[in-house]
Amino acid sequence: MSFEWPWQYNFPPFFTLQPNVDTRQKQLAAWCSLALSYCRHHKLYTLDVMEAQESPVFNNKKIERKLSMEAIQVVFEELRKKGNLEWLDKNKSRCLVMWRRPEEWGKLIYQWVSKNGMVNSVFTLYELSNGDDTEGEEFHGLEEWMLLRSLQALQTEGRAEIITMDDGKGVKFF
Amino acid sequence: MDRFSWSNGLLEIDETLVIQQRGVRLYDGDDKAKLDLGVALLSTHRLIWRDVKNHECCIAMPLSQIIFFEEQAGGIGKSAKIVVHLHPAPANKEPGPYQHSKYSFIKLSFKEHGQIEFHRRLTEEMTQKRWENTPVSQPIPTGTGPQAGRTRAVGIVGIERKIEERRKETDKNISEAKEMVELSRSIANKIKDKQGDITEDETIRFKSYLLSMGIANPVTRETHGSGTHYHMQLAKQLGDMLQAPLEERGGMMALTEVYCLVNRARGMELLSPEDLLNACKMFESLKLPLRLRVFDSGVMVVQLQSHSEEEMIASALDNVSDKGSLTAEEFAKLLGLSVLLSKERLLLAEKMGHLCRDDSVEGLRFYPNLF
Repeated sequence: MSFEWPWQYNFPPFFTLQPNVDTRQKQLAAWCSLALSYCRHHKLYTLDVMEAQESPVFNNKKIERKLSMEAIQVVFEELRKKGNLEWLDKNKSRCLVMWRRPEEWGKLIYQWVSKNGMVNSVFTLYELSNGDDTEGEEFHGLEEWMLLRSLQALQTEGRAEIITMDDGKGVKFF
Repeated sequence: MDRFSWSNGLLEIDETLVIQQRGVRLYDGDDKAKLDLGVALLSTHRLIWRDVKNHECCIAMPLSQIIFFEEQAGGIGKSAKIVVHLHPAPANKEPGPYQHSKYSFIKLSFKEHGQIEFHRRLTEEMTQKRWENTPVSQPIPTGTGPQAGRTRAVGIVGIERKIEERRKETDKNISEAKEMVELSRSIANKIKDKQGDITEDETIRFKSYLLSMGIANPVTRETHGSGTHYHMQLAKQLGDMLQAPLEERGGMMALTEVYCLVNRARGMELLSPEDLLNACKMFESLKLPLRLRVFDSGVMVVQLQSHSEEEMIASALDNVSDKGSLTAEEFAKLLGLSVLLSKERLLLAEKMGHLCRDDSVEGLRFYPNLF
């Protein structure tokens, strides 16, 4: 299924950071939504800022418009405030994109665990993300760092505990 | 009239000219003096009179001679006068036109008006008595035969010199600056009168002095020069003058456009930007149908009071929607407005949220706000 671009993508003003505050808010909301859905569609978990500027998300060759570096930073900052983005370095050149927040992943995983009556069982992380049983689930193929975050979120809620084992980490659900 | 002494009419170092009025005839008491029409000059120290036909005929009297003075209203065929009552002449008085007089008063008859202002200034000077602070010696009378050329050059250079000195004093003392302006005004009047003391070149030079001192309008008919009164008159004049041009241009003109239009129409008595601005600021208080308006960017416009902003913005939105998108230049061409004003209107529509912008290497375009 090919990615469906939102109507704003072909609207030239979308690529200019709007000075009117109200207009800008709507514009940024649209950008955040676009960036996240694009990452979700392509299962992208990290972004490099330099590369992003050339990526089709921020660069519409058809109408010859692209977001300036300054504007991209503004969009990223907006995502960070919402909890969907985390900077990997101080220079803000690479970031983690959480088109689903850890809490949301945690909830999905726990739902699957409880649906299958596997509460109180122990899983390795690998089993969860790459096991045969989880094939078809949305969280299948989740990158380890993201999985860990999600489980940490569950842990905070008291619904799981991360355990260190000989050959890696595992988790027990309550 | 025996209190007067011959004089060369030159002002001393600390003496300042306060006011001058031409068309003044002198009376010895109730009798017409043998001195016909001339220019009466009031300085901080003296009352001077110079014959209009014969410039070398010039007499002066210290203000300290004056006991008191009063106005005498004019009538049919009679000019208004100021009657000046005098102390007896001191023993060491320099010779003058009259050796002796049976009267202790003189009259100044104002054939060309100006007595109100003269009277006012005389009152001021007699109250302040500035001559007591900076006494000057009696100028040495030059008799009746100085070379015409030399008098002219000396006179002008003397005044020029005084201008220079005044300039330096202005830096230290604000009250000195006031005197400076008085002097310039009197010179301006002199230019206007064209008494032959000043040549064409010098006239131009003086005008440039005046401009550099900030008196852009040297020929002022008001007794209160460039005051609020002047701006009020100007505002009313603008109110009449600008109605038609404004309507032609859709109800709004940039202040710079107004400046050019008005000065081109005036031709001679050009307005300074400050005067135009001050006059425009008075539109509202004078209840004229015009308004001065300042945009966020600092651009100032004059617009008809009937001009409705909402209508303008609504029509701007229509225009832009119609064409899909517009640049300021395209919009200007469409409406027949200047690019500056068309941009302001688009920016205002953007500020209201009706338009959004597309800023790229191709330029700045405005679109309807679809967000």
